[in-house]
Amino acid sequence: MSVAKLNQVSATSPVRSGTPARILAFMPRRPSQGMVAEAGRILRGVITDLLPPLITTLVLLAIWEVLCSSPTAPLPPPSRVLVDSWQIIVDPFYRGQGTDQGMFWQILASLQRVAVGYTLAAIAGIALGVLLGQSQWAMRGLDPIFQVLRTVPPLAWLPLSLAAFQDGAPSAIFVIFITAIWPVIINTAAGVRNIPQDYRNVARVLRLGGLEYFARIMLPAAAPYIFTGLRIGVGLSWLAIVAAEMLIGGVGIGFFIWDAWNSSLISDIIVALVYVGVVGFFLDRLIALAGRLVTRGTATA
Amino acid sequence: MAQQYLALEFIDKSFERGGSRTEVLSQVSLGVAKGDFISIIGHSGCGKSTLLNIIAGLTPATSGVVFLEGQTVEAPGPDRAVVFQNHSLLPWLTVYENVALAVGKVFRGRKSRAEQHDWILHNLDLVQMVHASDKRPGEISGGMKQRVGIARALAMEPKVLLLDEPFGALDALTRAHLQDAVMEIHARLGNTMIMITHDVDEAVLLSDRIVMMTNGPAARIGEVLDVPIARPRNRIELAGDRTYLKCREAVLKFLYERHRFVEAAE
Ligand SMILES: Nc1ncnc2c1ncn2[C@@H]1O[C@H](COP(=O)(O)OP(=O)(O)O)[C@@H](O)[C@H]1O
Ligand SMILES: [Mg+2]
Repeated sequence: MSVAKLNQVSATSPVRSGTPARILAFMPRRPSQGMVAEAGRILRGVITDLLPPLITTLVLLAIWEVLCSSPTAPLPPPSRVLVDSWQIIVDPFYRGQGTDQGMFWQILASLQRVAVGYTLAAIAGIALGVLLGQSQWAMRGLDPIFQVLRTVPPLAWLPLSLAAFQDGAPSAIFVIFITAIWPVIINTAAGVRNIPQDYRNVARVLRLGGLEYFARIMLPAAAPYIFTGLRIGVGLSWLAIVAAEMLIGGVGIGFFIWDAWNSSLISDIIVALVYVGVVGFFLDRLIALAGRLVTRGTATA
Repeated sequence: MAQQYLALEFIDKSFERGGSRTEVLSQVSLGVAKGDFISIIGHSGCGKSTLLNIIAGLTPATSGVVFLEGQTVEAPGPDRAVVFQNHSLLPWLTVYENVALAVGKVFRGRKSRAEQHDWILHNLDLVQMVHASDKRPGEISGGMKQRVGIARALAMEPKVLLLDEPFGALDALTRAHLQDAVMEIHARLGNTMIMITHDVDEAVLLSDRIVMMTNGPAARIGEVLDVPIARPRNRIELAGDRTYLKCREAVLKFLYERHRFVEAAE
Protein backbone atom coordinates (compact mmCIF):
# COMPACT_ATOMS: atom_id res chain seq x y z
CA MET A 1 0.00 0.00 0.00
CA SER A 2 2.85 2.32 0.81
CA VAL A 3 4.24 1.63 -2.65
CA ALA A 4 0.99 2.75 -4.23
CA LYS A 5 1.15 5.88 -2.16
CA LEU A 6 4.67 6.62 -3.24
CA ASN A 7 3.72 6.17 -6.87
CA GLN A 8 0.85 8.53 -6.43
CA VAL A 9 3.03 11.18 -4.87
CA SER A 10 5.70 10.96 -7.50
CA ALA A 11 3.06 10.98 -10.23
CA THR A 12 1.48 14.20 -9.02
CA SER A 13 4.52 16.08 -7.82
CA PRO A 14 5.59 17.39 -11.24
CA VAL A 15 2.15 18.94 -11.62
CA ARG A 16 2.36 20.56 -8.21
CA SER A 17 5.85 21.92 -8.60
CA GLY A 18 4.61 23.65 -11.76
CA THR A 19 8.02 24.29 -13.33
CA PRO A 20 8.39 21.71 -16.06
CA ALA A 21 9.23 24.43 -18.59
CA ARG A 22 12.93 24.26 -17.95
CA ILE A 23 13.03 20.54 -18.51
CA LEU A 24 10.94 20.88 -21.67
CA ALA A 25 13.38 23.40 -23.13
CA PHE A 26 15.99 20.69 -23.45
CA MET A 27 13.64 18.09 -24.84
CA PRO A 28 12.91 19.30 -28.41
CA ARG A 29 16.54 19.64 -29.29
CA ARG A 30 17.19 15.94 -29.21
CA PRO A 31 13.95 14.06 -29.57
CA SER A 32 15.71 10.97 -30.89
CA GLN A 33 17.72 10.69 -27.73
CA GLY A 34 14.54 10.74 -25.64
CA MET A 35 13.00 8.01 -27.75
CA VAL A 36 16.09 5.88 -27.59
CA ALA A 37 16.18 6.29 -23.83
CA GLU A 38 12.49 5.38 -23.67
CA ALA A 39 12.98 2.29 -25.80
CA GLY A 40 15.98 1.35 -23.69
CA ARG A 41 13.94 1.65 -20.54
CA ILE A 42 11.17 -0.57 -21.90
CA LEU A 43 13.72 -3.10 -23.10
CA ARG A 44 15.40 -3.10 -19.72
CA GLY A 45 12.00 -3.61 -18.09
CA VAL A 46 11.29 -6.60 -20.34
CA ILE A 47 14.69 -8.04 -19.61
CA THR A 48 14.44 -7.71 -15.85
CA ASP A 49 10.85 -8.96 -15.72
CA LEU A 50 10.79 -11.70 -18.35
CA LEU A 51 14.30 -12.99 -18.63
CA PRO A 52 14.67 -14.65 -15.21
CA PRO A 53 11.47 -16.74 -15.42
CA LEU A 54 12.32 -17.61 -19.02
CA ILE A 55 15.75 -18.84 -18.02
CA THR A 56 14.48 -20.86 -15.06
CA THR A 57 11.78 -22.40 -17.25
CA LEU A 58 14.33 -23.45 -19.83
CA VAL A 59 16.63 -24.86 -17.16
CA LEU A 60 13.80 -26.84 -15.58
CA LEU A 61 12.70 -28.16 -18.98
CA ALA A 62 16.27 -29.22 -19.69
CA ILE A 63 16.56 -31.05 -16.36
CA TRP A 64 13.24 -32.74 -17.01
CA GLU A 65 14.35 -33.70 -20.52
CA VAL A 66 17.52 -35.25 -19.15
CA LEU A 67 15.83 -37.07 -16.28
CA CYS A 68 13.11 -38.60 -18.48
CA SER A 69 15.15 -39.24 -21.56
CA SER A 70 15.72 -42.96 -20.92
CA PRO A 71 13.22 -45.20 -22.75
CA THR A 72 12.23 -46.83 -19.44
CA ALA A 73 11.36 -43.53 -17.74
CA PRO A 74 7.78 -43.58 -16.37
CA LEU A 75 7.08 -40.02 -17.52
CA PRO A 76 7.67 -38.57 -20.99
CA PRO A 77 10.25 -35.80 -21.46
CA PRO A 78 9.07 -32.43 -22.86
CA SER A 79 10.07 -33.34 -26.39
CA ARG A 80 7.93 -36.47 -26.17
CA VAL A 81 5.00 -34.44 -24.79
CA LEU A 82 5.18 -32.14 -27.79
CA VAL A 83 5.14 -35.04 -30.23
CA ASP A 84 2.47 -37.10 -28.45
CA SER A 85 0.07 -34.27 -27.80
CA TRP A 86 0.75 -32.14 -30.85
CA GLN A 87 -2.88 -32.58 -31.89
CA ILE A 88 -4.41 -31.04 -28.77
CA ILE A 89 -1.74 -28.37 -28.53
CA VAL A 90 -2.25 -26.96 -32.03
CA ASP A 91 -6.03 -27.36 -32.22
CA PRO A 92 -7.56 -26.10 -28.98
CA PHE A 93 -10.83 -25.28 -30.78
CA TYR A 94 -11.37 -28.82 -32.02
CA ARG A 95 -14.99 -30.00 -31.91
CA GLY A 96 -15.68 -33.71 -31.60
CA GLN A 97 -18.28 -36.07 -30.17
CA GLY A 98 -19.26 -35.97 -26.48
CA THR A 99 -16.27 -35.28 -24.26
CA ASP A 100 -13.89 -35.33 -27.23
CA GLN A 101 -13.37 -31.57 -27.37
CA GLY A 102 -10.40 -29.26 -27.82
CA MET A 103 -8.59 -27.81 -24.80
CA PHE A 104 -10.31 -24.47 -25.18
CA TRP A 105 -13.76 -26.03 -24.80
CA GLN A 106 -12.64 -28.15 -21.87
CA ILE A 107 -11.29 -25.12 -20.06
CA LEU A 108 -14.36 -23.09 -20.99
CA ALA A 109 -16.69 -25.72 -19.54
CA SER A 110 -14.72 -25.72 -16.29
CA LEU A 111 -14.62 -21.92 -16.18
CA GLN A 112 -18.40 -21.78 -16.63
CA ARG A 113 -18.92 -24.04 -13.64
CA VAL A 114 -16.49 -22.00 -11.60
CA ALA A 115 -18.14 -18.76 -12.71
CA VAL A 116 -21.57 -19.87 -11.51
CA GLY A 117 -20.41 -21.41 -8.24
CA TYR A 118 -17.99 -18.61 -7.48
CA THR A 119 -20.47 -15.83 -8.21
CA LEU A 120 -23.00 -17.44 -5.89
CA ALA A 121 -20.27 -17.84 -3.26
CA ALA A 122 -19.25 -14.20 -3.62
CA ILE A 123 -22.80 -12.91 -3.19
CA ALA A 124 -23.72 -15.23 -0.33
CA GLY A 125 -20.28 -14.85 1.24
CA ILE A 126 -20.41 -11.07 1.30
CA ALA A 127 -23.97 -11.13 2.65
CA LEU A 128 -23.08 -13.56 5.43
CA GLY A 129 -19.83 -11.74 6.12
CA VAL A 130 -21.72 -8.47 6.55
CA LEU A 131 -24.12 -10.20 8.93
CA LEU A 132 -21.25 -11.61 10.98
CA GLY A 133 -19.39 -8.32 10.97
CA GLN A 134 -22.43 -6.31 12.03
CA SER A 135 -24.05 -8.51 14.61
CA GLN A 136 -22.39 -9.80 17.74
CA TRP A 137 -25.06 -12.47 17.99
CA ALA A 138 -24.57 -13.71 14.45
CA MET A 139 -20.86 -13.76 15.12
CA ARG A 140 -21.19 -15.80 18.28
CA GLY A 141 -23.78 -18.13 16.79
CA LEU A 142 -22.37 -18.73 13.34
CA ASP A 143 -18.63 -18.26 13.55
CA PRO A 144 -17.89 -21.55 15.39
CA ILE A 145 -20.01 -23.46 12.86
CA PHE A 146 -18.24 -21.79 9.94
CA GLN A 147 -14.85 -22.43 11.48
CA VAL A 148 -15.65 -26.15 11.58
CA LEU A 149 -17.27 -26.34 8.15
CA ARG A 150 -14.50 -24.50 6.36
CA THR A 151 -12.00 -27.20 7.28
CA VAL A 152 -14.06 -29.86 5.46
CA PRO A 153 -12.14 -30.69 2.26
CA PRO A 154 -14.07 -29.66 -0.88
CA LEU A 155 -14.39 -33.16 -2.24
CA ALA A 156 -15.92 -34.43 0.97
CA TRP A 157 -18.97 -32.36 0.05
CA LEU A 158 -19.37 -34.04 -3.31
CA PRO A 159 -21.14 -37.29 -2.30
CA LEU A 160 -23.50 -35.31 -0.12
CA SER A 161 -24.35 -32.86 -2.89
CA LEU A 162 -24.74 -35.70 -5.39
CA ALA A 163 -27.23 -37.25 -3.01
CA ALA A 164 -29.03 -33.94 -2.57
CA PHE A 165 -29.09 -32.78 -6.21
CA GLN A 166 -29.24 -36.23 -7.87
CA ASP A 167 -27.16 -34.78 -10.69
CA GLY A 168 -23.53 -34.08 -11.47
CA ALA A 169 -23.78 -30.55 -12.86
CA PRO A 170 -25.30 -28.77 -9.85
CA SER A 171 -23.14 -30.89 -7.54
CA ALA A 172 -19.94 -29.60 -9.10
CA ILE A 173 -21.22 -26.04 -8.84
CA PHE A 174 -22.15 -26.62 -5.22
CA VAL A 175 -18.67 -27.89 -4.45
CA ILE A 176 -17.20 -24.72 -5.96
CA PHE A 177 -19.66 -22.66 -3.95
CA ILE A 178 -18.91 -24.33 -0.65
CA THR A 179 -15.17 -24.16 -1.29
CA ALA A 180 -15.01 -20.50 -2.19
CA ILE A 181 -17.47 -19.11 0.32
CA TRP A 182 -15.48 -19.43 3.58
CA PRO A 183 -12.64 -17.01 2.86
CA VAL A 184 -15.19 -14.54 1.48
CA ILE A 185 -17.30 -14.74 4.64
CA ILE A 186 -14.37 -14.54 7.02
CA ASN A 187 -12.63 -11.67 5.28
CA THR A 188 -15.80 -9.68 4.73
CA ALA A 189 -16.68 -10.05 8.40
CA ALA A 190 -13.21 -8.86 9.36
CA GLY A 191 -13.51 -5.92 6.98
CA VAL A 192 -16.86 -4.88 8.38
CA ARG A 193 -15.69 -5.21 11.97
CA ASN A 194 -12.66 -3.09 11.17
CA ILE A 195 -14.53 -0.16 9.68
CA PRO A 196 -12.97 2.77 11.54
CA GLN A 197 -15.17 4.32 14.20
CA ASP A 198 -14.63 7.66 12.45
CA TYR A 199 -16.44 6.49 9.34
CA ARG A 200 -19.25 5.07 11.46
CA ASN A 201 -19.54 8.39 13.25
CA VAL A 202 -19.72 10.28 9.96
CA ALA A 203 -22.50 7.95 8.87
CA ARG A 204 -24.34 8.45 12.16
CA VAL A 205 -24.12 12.23 12.04
CA LEU A 206 -25.46 12.11 8.47
CA ARG A 207 -28.08 9.56 9.53
CA LEU A 208 -27.21 7.24 6.66
CA GLY A 209 -29.76 4.44 6.79
CA GLY A 210 -29.35 0.71 6.15
CA LEU A 211 -28.91 0.58 2.40
CA GLU A 212 -27.13 3.95 2.16
CA TYR A 213 -24.74 2.93 4.90
CA PHE A 214 -24.14 -0.40 3.20
CA ALA A 215 -23.41 1.12 -0.20
CA ARG A 216 -21.66 4.37 0.74
CA ILE A 217 -19.66 3.35 3.80
CA MET A 218 -19.56 -0.36 4.51
CA LEU A 219 -18.77 -1.79 1.08
CA PRO A 220 -16.05 0.71 0.17
CA ALA A 221 -14.49 0.59 3.63
CA ALA A 222 -14.44 -3.20 3.68
CA ALA A 223 -13.53 -3.58 -0.01
CA PRO A 224 -9.83 -4.33 0.52
CA TYR A 225 -10.71 -7.16 2.92
CA ILE A 226 -13.51 -8.43 0.69
CA PHE A 227 -11.18 -8.64 -2.28
CA THR A 228 -8.62 -10.53 -0.26
CA GLY A 229 -11.34 -13.09 0.45
CA LEU A 230 -12.49 -13.14 -3.15
CA ARG A 231 -8.96 -13.72 -4.34
CA ILE A 232 -8.37 -16.64 -1.99
CA GLY A 233 -11.80 -17.96 -2.98
CA VAL A 234 -11.14 -17.97 -6.70
CA GLY A 235 -7.91 -19.88 -6.20
CA LEU A 236 -9.65 -22.47 -4.04
CA SER A 237 -12.50 -22.91 -6.50
CA TRP A 238 -10.08 -23.55 -9.33
CA LEU A 239 -8.36 -26.13 -7.15
CA ALA A 240 -11.68 -27.79 -6.40
CA ILE A 241 -13.15 -27.81 -9.89
CA VAL A 242 -10.49 -30.11 -11.32
CA ALA A 243 -11.02 -32.68 -8.59
CA ALA A 244 -14.81 -32.41 -8.74
CA GLU A 245 -14.92 -32.83 -12.49
CA MET A 246 -12.78 -35.95 -12.29
CA LEU A 247 -15.59 -37.51 -10.34
CA ILE A 248 -18.66 -36.17 -12.11
CA GLY A 249 -17.45 -36.54 -15.72
CA GLY A 250 -18.62 -34.59 -18.75
CA VAL A 251 -16.74 -31.90 -20.66
CA GLY A 252 -14.26 -30.09 -18.43
CA ILE A 253 -10.58 -30.01 -17.74
CA GLY A 254 -10.88 -32.28 -14.68
CA PHE A 255 -12.54 -35.11 -16.52
CA PHE A 256 -10.20 -34.56 -19.44
CA ILE A 257 -7.28 -35.32 -17.14
CA TRP A 258 -9.03 -38.34 -15.67
CA ASP A 259 -9.91 -39.60 -19.13
CA ALA A 260 -6.34 -39.14 -20.31
CA TRP A 261 -5.10 -41.12 -17.30
CA ASN A 262 -7.50 -43.97 -18.08
CA SER A 263 -6.27 -43.96 -21.67
CA SER A 264 -2.62 -43.74 -20.49
CA LEU A 265 -2.13 -40.46 -22.39
CA ILE A 266 0.39 -39.04 -19.94
CA SER A 267 1.47 -36.31 -22.37
CA ASP A 268 -2.10 -35.05 -22.60
CA ILE A 269 -2.21 -34.83 -18.81
CA ILE A 270 0.92 -32.71 -18.81
CA VAL A 271 -0.51 -30.35 -21.43
CA ALA A 272 -3.72 -30.11 -19.38
CA LEU A 273 -1.73 -29.28 -16.24
CA VAL A 274 -0.05 -26.40 -18.05
CA TYR A 275 -3.47 -25.09 -19.06
CA VAL A 276 -4.81 -25.45 -15.53
CA GLY A 277 -1.85 -23.61 -14.09
CA VAL A 278 -1.95 -20.76 -16.55
CA VAL A 279 -5.72 -20.29 -16.24
CA GLY A 280 -5.50 -20.39 -12.44
CA PHE A 281 -2.78 -17.76 -12.56
CA PHE A 282 -4.91 -15.48 -14.72
CA LEU A 283 -7.98 -15.97 -12.53
CA ASP A 284 -5.96 -14.84 -9.54
CA ARG A 285 -4.60 -11.84 -11.42
CA LEU A 286 -8.07 -10.96 -12.68
CA ILE A 287 -9.51 -10.72 -9.18
CA ALA A 288 -6.43 -8.87 -7.96
CA LEU A 289 -6.84 -6.37 -10.79
CA ALA A 290 -10.55 -5.95 -10.08
CA GLY A 291 -9.66 -5.35 -6.44
CA ARG A 292 -7.09 -2.73 -7.35
CA LEU A 293 -9.53 -0.92 -9.61
CA VAL A 294 -12.32 -0.94 -7.05
CA THR A 295 -10.23 0.00 -4.02
CA ARG A 296 -8.24 2.67 -5.81
CA GLY A 297 -7.87 5.59 -3.43
CA THR A 298 -9.09 3.65 -0.42
CA ALA A 299 -5.62 2.64 0.57
CA THR A 300 -4.53 6.17 1.27
CA ALA A 301 -6.56 7.92 3.94
CA MET B 1 -31.91 27.76 31.35
CA ALA B 2 -34.99 27.06 29.29
CA GLN B 3 -34.38 30.03 27.05
CA GLN B 4 -30.84 28.92 26.18
CA TYR B 5 -30.22 27.89 22.60
CA LEU B 6 -28.16 24.91 23.65
CA ALA B 7 -28.24 23.68 27.22
CA LEU B 8 -26.41 20.89 29.00
CA GLU B 9 -28.04 19.99 32.28
CA PHE B 10 -26.28 17.92 34.92
CA ILE B 11 -24.46 15.62 32.54
CA ASP B 12 -22.82 12.61 34.15
CA LYS B 13 -20.89 10.08 32.19
CA SER B 14 -19.23 6.92 33.31
CA PHE B 15 -17.83 4.06 31.29
CA GLU B 16 -18.23 0.44 32.33
CA ARG B 17 -15.37 -1.75 31.32
CA GLY B 18 -15.10 -5.32 32.48
CA GLY B 19 -16.99 -4.68 35.70
CA SER B 20 -14.96 -1.63 36.62
CA ARG B 21 -16.57 1.75 36.34
CA THR B 22 -14.78 4.99 35.53
CA GLU B 23 -16.57 8.22 36.09
CA VAL B 24 -15.44 10.63 33.38
CA LEU B 25 -17.81 13.58 33.64
CA SER B 26 -19.62 14.78 36.69
CA GLN B 27 -22.49 17.27 36.86
CA VAL B 28 -21.60 19.25 33.76
CA SER B 29 -24.05 22.06 33.10
CA LEU B 30 -23.62 24.73 30.47
CA GLY B 31 -25.79 27.15 28.54
CA VAL B 32 -24.82 28.40 25.09
CA ALA B 33 -26.47 31.32 23.33
CA LYS B 34 -27.15 31.27 19.62
CA GLY B 35 -24.12 32.43 17.67
CA ASP B 36 -21.72 31.93 20.58
CA PHE B 37 -18.25 30.63 20.01
CA ILE B 38 -17.33 28.43 22.97
CA SER B 39 -14.01 26.74 23.58
CA ILE B 40 -13.61 23.80 25.89
CA ILE B 41 -10.11 23.50 27.26
CA GLY B 42 -8.60 20.98 29.63
CA HIS B 43 -5.79 18.53 29.99
CA SER B 44 -5.81 15.54 27.72
CA GLY B 45 -7.91 12.65 28.91
CA CYS B 46 -10.17 14.80 31.08
CA GLY B 47 -13.25 14.05 29.01
CA LYS B 48 -13.52 16.85 26.44
CA SER B 49 -14.16 14.54 23.51
CA THR B 50 -16.64 12.59 25.59
CA LEU B 51 -18.53 15.80 26.34
CA LEU B 52 -18.55 16.82 22.68
CA ASN B 53 -19.75 13.38 21.65
CA ILE B 54 -22.59 13.64 24.15
CA ILE B 55 -23.66 16.94 22.60
CA ALA B 56 -23.36 15.36 19.16
CA GLY B 57 -25.47 12.44 20.35
CA LEU B 58 -22.74 9.96 19.40
CA THR B 59 -22.31 8.89 23.02
CA PRO B 60 -25.26 8.67 25.40
CA ALA B 61 -24.89 10.46 28.74
CA THR B 62 -25.25 8.28 31.82
CA SER B 63 -27.56 10.90 33.26
CA GLY B 64 -28.44 14.47 32.46
CA VAL B 65 -29.97 16.04 29.37
CA VAL B 66 -28.85 18.05 26.37
CA PHE B 67 -31.41 20.49 24.98
CA LEU B 68 -31.12 22.11 21.59
CA GLU B 69 -33.78 24.73 20.94
CA GLY B 70 -35.86 23.16 23.68
CA GLN B 71 -35.68 19.65 22.18
CA THR B 72 -33.75 16.90 23.92
CA VAL B 73 -30.86 15.45 21.98
CA GLU B 74 -31.24 11.68 21.71
CA ALA B 75 -29.26 10.68 18.64
CA PRO B 76 -26.66 12.13 16.29
CA GLY B 77 -27.89 14.26 13.43
CA PRO B 78 -26.76 16.79 10.87
CA ASP B 79 -28.10 19.69 12.98
CA ARG B 80 -25.04 19.08 15.18
CA ALA B 81 -22.31 18.61 12.61
CA VAL B 82 -18.95 17.44 13.89
CA VAL B 83 -15.50 18.30 12.61
CA PHE B 84 -13.48 15.36 13.83
CA GLN B 85 -9.95 15.62 15.09
CA ASN B 86 -8.58 13.45 12.29
CA HIS B 87 -10.78 14.94 9.55
CA SER B 88 -12.62 11.61 8.92
CA LEU B 89 -13.00 12.17 5.23
CA LEU B 90 -13.97 9.06 3.33
CA PRO B 91 -10.83 8.16 1.38
CA TRP B 92 -12.68 6.51 -1.50
CA LEU B 93 -14.58 9.72 -2.31
CA THR B 94 -13.15 12.88 -3.83
CA VAL B 95 -13.22 16.15 -1.92
CA TYR B 96 -16.35 17.15 -3.84
CA GLU B 97 -18.03 13.80 -3.25
CA ASN B 98 -17.28 13.93 0.47
CA VAL B 99 -19.19 17.20 0.74
CA ALA B 100 -21.79 15.97 -1.76
CA LEU B 101 -22.56 12.95 0.42
CA ALA B 102 -23.52 15.26 3.25
CA VAL B 103 -25.38 17.75 1.05
CA GLY B 104 -27.27 15.03 -0.80
CA LYS B 105 -28.39 13.51 2.45
CA VAL B 106 -29.34 16.71 4.28
CA PHE B 107 -30.97 18.58 1.41
CA ARG B 108 -32.65 15.69 -0.40
CA GLY B 109 -35.97 16.94 -1.70
CA ARG B 110 -35.23 20.50 -0.56
CA LYS B 111 -32.65 21.51 -3.13
CA SER B 112 -32.52 20.58 -6.80
CA ARG B 113 -29.44 18.88 -8.24
CA ALA B 114 -28.15 22.18 -9.56
CA GLU B 115 -28.77 23.93 -6.25
CA GLN B 116 -26.97 21.15 -4.42
CA HIS B 117 -24.02 21.49 -6.80
CA ASP B 118 -23.87 25.24 -6.16
CA TRP B 119 -24.14 24.71 -2.43
CA ILE B 120 -21.28 22.20 -2.42
CA LEU B 121 -19.05 24.59 -4.35
CA HIS B 122 -20.11 27.48 -2.13
CA ASN B 123 -18.99 25.62 0.97
CA LEU B 124 -15.77 24.44 -0.60
CA ASP B 125 -15.19 28.06 -1.53
CA LEU B 126 -15.66 29.15 2.09
CA VAL B 127 -12.59 27.10 2.99
CA GLN B 128 -10.84 27.83 -0.33
CA MET B 129 -10.81 24.25 -1.48
CA VAL B 130 -12.69 24.44 -4.79
CA HIS B 131 -9.45 23.90 -6.68
CA ALA B 132 -9.03 20.46 -5.13
CA SER B 133 -12.61 19.29 -5.77
CA ASP B 134 -11.56 16.26 -7.75
CA LYS B 135 -8.71 15.18 -5.52
CA ARG B 136 -9.02 12.32 -3.09
CA PRO B 137 -8.16 12.87 0.58
CA GLY B 138 -4.97 10.85 0.11
CA GLU B 139 -3.71 13.41 -2.35
CA ILE B 140 -4.06 16.56 -0.23
CA SER B 141 -2.27 17.83 2.86
CA GLY B 142 -3.49 17.55 6.42
CA GLY B 143 -4.52 21.19 6.56
CA MET B 144 -6.49 20.82 3.34
CA LYS B 145 -8.24 17.73 4.67
CA GLN B 146 -9.24 19.62 7.78
CA ARG B 147 -10.62 22.43 5.60
CA VAL B 148 -12.72 19.94 3.67
CA GLY B 149 -13.92 18.46 6.96
CA ILE B 150 -15.05 21.95 7.98
CA ALA B 151 -16.71 22.51 4.60
CA ARG B 152 -18.56 19.22 4.93
CA ALA B 153 -19.80 20.17 8.38
CA LEU B 154 -20.78 23.70 7.33
CA ALA B 155 -22.60 22.34 4.28
CA MET B 156 -25.03 20.56 6.59
CA GLU B 157 -26.19 23.99 7.80
CA PRO B 158 -25.96 22.78 11.38
CA LYS B 159 -27.55 24.58 14.30
CA VAL B 160 -24.36 23.89 16.23
CA LEU B 161 -20.95 23.17 14.77
CA LEU B 162 -18.87 20.91 17.00
CA LEU B 163 -15.10 20.89 16.47
CA ASP B 164 -12.93 18.33 18.27
CA GLU B 165 -9.36 19.67 18.32
CA PRO B 166 -9.76 20.53 14.65
CA PHE B 167 -6.26 21.91 14.24
CA GLY B 168 -4.42 19.71 16.72
CA ALA B 169 -2.42 17.80 14.14
CA LEU B 170 -1.37 20.79 12.06
CA ASP B 171 1.76 22.89 11.97
CA ALA B 172 1.64 26.38 13.48
CA LEU B 173 1.34 28.27 10.21
CA THR B 174 -1.46 26.12 8.77
CA ARG B 175 -3.14 26.25 12.13
CA ALA B 176 -3.11 30.07 12.13
CA HIS B 177 -4.55 30.16 8.62
CA LEU B 178 -7.38 27.84 9.55
CA GLN B 179 -8.11 29.73 12.77
CA ASP B 180 -8.53 32.86 10.71
CA ALA B 181 -10.72 30.99 8.26
CA VAL B 182 -12.95 29.73 11.06
CA MET B 183 -13.17 33.21 12.62
CA GLU B 184 -14.18 34.63 9.27
CA ILE B 185 -16.82 31.95 8.71
CA HIS B 186 -18.16 32.51 12.22
CA ALA B 187 -18.38 36.24 11.56
CA ARG B 188 -20.04 35.73 8.20
CA LEU B 189 -22.54 32.99 9.07
CA GLY B 190 -23.01 33.56 12.79
CA ASN B 191 -23.00 29.84 13.59
CA THR B 192 -22.99 28.54 17.09
CA MET B 193 -19.67 26.78 17.51
CA ILE B 194 -18.19 24.63 20.23
CA MET B 195 -14.54 23.83 19.86
CA ILE B 196 -12.29 21.62 21.90
CA THR B 197 -8.70 22.70 22.13
CA HIS B 198 -5.69 22.40 24.35
CA ASP B 199 -4.10 25.50 22.88
CA VAL B 200 -4.52 28.52 25.13
CA ASP B 201 -3.91 31.12 22.42
CA GLU B 202 -6.34 29.44 20.10
CA ALA B 203 -9.02 29.43 22.80
CA VAL B 204 -8.60 33.11 23.65
CA LEU B 205 -8.35 34.23 20.05
CA LEU B 206 -11.48 32.47 18.82
CA SER B 207 -13.87 32.29 21.76
CA ASP B 208 -16.59 34.36 23.30
CA ARG B 209 -16.30 32.14 26.33
CA ILE B 210 -13.79 29.54 27.45
CA VAL B 211 -15.01 26.56 29.42
CA MET B 212 -12.20 25.19 31.55
CA MET B 213 -12.47 21.62 32.70
CA THR B 214 -10.90 20.15 35.80
CA ASN B 215 -8.83 17.03 35.57
CA GLY B 216 -10.50 13.67 35.51
CA PRO B 217 -11.65 11.32 36.73
CA ALA B 218 -15.06 12.84 37.27
CA ALA B 219 -14.12 16.06 35.51
CA ARG B 220 -16.29 19.09 36.09
CA ILE B 221 -16.47 22.53 34.58
CA GLY B 222 -13.98 24.36 36.76
CA GLU B 223 -14.52 27.85 35.47
CA VAL B 224 -16.08 29.70 32.55
CA LEU B 225 -14.12 32.70 31.34
CA ASP B 226 -15.66 35.50 29.30
CA VAL B 227 -13.43 36.88 26.57
CA PRO B 228 -14.60 40.49 26.17
CA ILE B 229 -12.59 41.30 23.06
CA ALA B 230 -14.33 42.99 20.14
CA ARG B 231 -14.56 41.25 16.80
CA PRO B 232 -13.13 41.10 14.22
CA ARG B 233 -10.02 40.04 16.06
CA ASN B 234 -6.54 40.25 14.66
CA ARG B 235 -3.92 37.96 16.12
CA ILE B 236 -1.08 40.43 15.62
CA GLU B 237 -2.85 43.39 17.16
CA LEU B 238 -4.00 41.22 20.04
CA ALA B 239 -0.50 40.03 20.86
CA GLY B 240 -0.01 43.06 23.13
CA ASP B 241 -3.67 43.65 24.04
CA ARG B 242 -4.24 43.84 27.81
CA THR B 243 -7.56 42.02 27.85
CA TYR B 244 -6.10 39.30 25.66
CA LEU B 245 -3.11 38.86 27.94
CA LYS B 246 -5.28 38.81 31.03
CA CYS B 247 -7.54 36.12 29.56
CA ARG B 248 -4.54 34.13 28.49
CA GLU B 249 -3.03 34.37 31.94
CA ALA B 250 -6.29 33.30 33.57
CA VAL B 251 -6.49 30.17 31.43
CA LEU B 252 -2.83 29.33 31.96
CA LYS B 253 -3.22 29.78 35.71
CA PHE B 254 -6.21 27.48 35.72
CA LEU B 255 -4.48 24.79 33.69
CA TYR B 256 -1.01 24.86 35.10
CA GLU B 257 -1.36 26.07 38.67
CA ARG B 258 -4.66 24.86 39.93
CA HIS B 259 -5.07 21.69 37.89
CA ARG B 260 -1.64 20.42 37.19
CA PHE B 261 -1.54 17.49 39.56
CA VAL B 262 -2.70 14.86 37.09
CA GLU B 263 0.14 15.67 34.77
CA ALA B 264 2.53 14.55 37.47
CA ALA B 265 0.48 11.42 38.01
CA GLU B 266 0.43 10.53 34.33
N1 LIG C 1 -15.52 4.21 24.96
C1 LIG C 1 -14.84 4.38 26.10
N2 LIG C 1 -14.79 3.38 27.00
C2 LIG C 1 -14.11 3.54 28.15
N3 LIG C 1 -13.45 4.65 28.52
C3 LIG C 1 -13.46 5.68 27.66
C4 LIG C 1 -14.15 5.61 26.41
N4 LIG C 1 -14.00 6.78 25.77
C5 LIG C 1 -13.24 7.56 26.58
N5 LIG C 1 -12.92 6.90 27.72
C6 LIG C 1 -12.14 7.44 28.83
O1 LIG C 1 -12.69 8.68 29.17
C7 LIG C 1 -11.66 9.60 29.50
C8 LIG C 1 -11.84 10.86 28.72
O2 LIG C 1 -11.57 10.61 27.35
P1 LIG C 1 -11.70 11.77 26.26
O3 LIG C 1 -13.07 12.33 26.35
O4 LIG C 1 -11.30 11.20 24.96
O5 LIG C 1 -10.64 12.82 26.75
P2 LIG C 1 -10.07 14.13 26.04
O6 LIG C 1 -10.81 14.32 24.75
O7 LIG C 1 -10.30 15.24 27.00
O8 LIG C 1 -8.62 13.91 25.83
C9 LIG C 1 -10.35 8.90 29.25
O9 LIG C 1 -9.81 8.50 30.47
C10 LIG C 1 -10.71 7.72 28.42
O10 LIG C 1 -9.89 6.64 28.72
MG1 LIG D 1 -10.07 14.16 22.70
